[in-house]
Amino acid sequence: MWAAILVGAAACYAIKLAGLSVPERLLADDRVRRVAALLPVALLAALIALQAATAGRAIEVDARLAGVAVAIVAQWRRAPFLVVVGAACATTALVRVVA
Amino acid sequence: MSTTSTRSWRTTSTTTTEPTRRTVVADALAIGGVTGAYGISFGAVAVAAGLSAPQACVLSLLMFTGGSQFAMVGTIAGGGGAWAGAATAALLGVRNAFYGLELSSILRLRGLRRVGGAHLVIDESAAMGVAQPTPELGRLGFWATGAAVFVGWNAMTLVGAAGASALDDPGVLGLDVAGPAAFVALLSPRLTGREPWAVALVAAALALATAPLVPAGVPVLVAASVAIVVGLRTRGVSRPHRGTEPPEFGEAV
Repeated sequence: MWAAILVGAAACYAIKLAGLSVPERLLADDRVRRVAALLPVALLAALIALQAATAGRAIEVDARLAGVAVAIVAQWRRAPFLVVVGAACATTALVRVVA
Repeated sequence: MSTTSTRSWRTTSTTTTEPTRRTVVADALAIGGVTGAYGISFGAVAVAAGLSAPQACVLSLLMFTGGSQFAMVGTIAGGGGAWAGAATAALLGVRNAFYGLELSSILRLRGLRRVGGAHLVIDESAAMGVAQPTPELGRLGFWATGAAVFVGWNAMTLVGAAGASALDDPGVLGLDVAGPAAFVALLSPRLTGREPWAVALVAAALALATAPLVPAGVPVLVAASVAIVVGLRTRGVSRPHRGTEPPEFGEAV
């Protein structure tokens, strides 16, 4: 675990430093920019789906899905960030208590 | 890292009057405060995912980019393993390189200052750096915001991690959805057209479809390929988000 933490942190730092250091034209390519813009979209969407509906390698529907659904509604209603997260946690906790 | 309603603060201090050194520092401190609140949830989520409190704190100190940190502990919580988590974190951190690109002409960092400044390149500091009317205020915005967020994020990670460590079962607070809920808030402002929507839906579907077939942690990396394929193929069709502009506050992590 420690090794992965340190390597992951080093990689994230190297990426930040690279942005300040590499010649502009290297990252100015249109396709590179497009991939960089879409990368967080794909990753975040995948992480939401996986963390809401899987456990290990199994698809599992439980109280988490309710929490994430509430987060989506809250975000759609333009709630502040902490409200989105807080409402999701509270919903999941509540569903667990009731179930 | 991330957050929220700082937009309204910034609006009050930048639309009514021109930014001054004072308003820039005030905004930076406010952003640090809000991000600190978010740091509590990271500390707690990390411990709930099975990390020790020291591991959570070292992540905040050394990785210091909230979205990546949440992605890493989320992957670990899902059984994906530490290395798959580190890979996901690095991929999500790629956007910071593009912030650095935008900032380099404003900051003009050399030598040791660049080595130190690079660590502070995150959504909030980049947004504050490029939003100012002059390079001097831009530099102030970058350094003040980076420092304020660094202090708030790390201090509150410690509080969250220590608090969750004291609980018998952090899952009882529903903390396992704090990560995905935060991702919803981060993803939403990026869905600015048909292309990102399509990428998001296909990526999510692909991740769920491959989850039973491959080791945990791999589906996220498979989903990343959707962005690469679409990004390389569509040529000048639409450019809903340039990807180099730091999102507004409330849109980023």
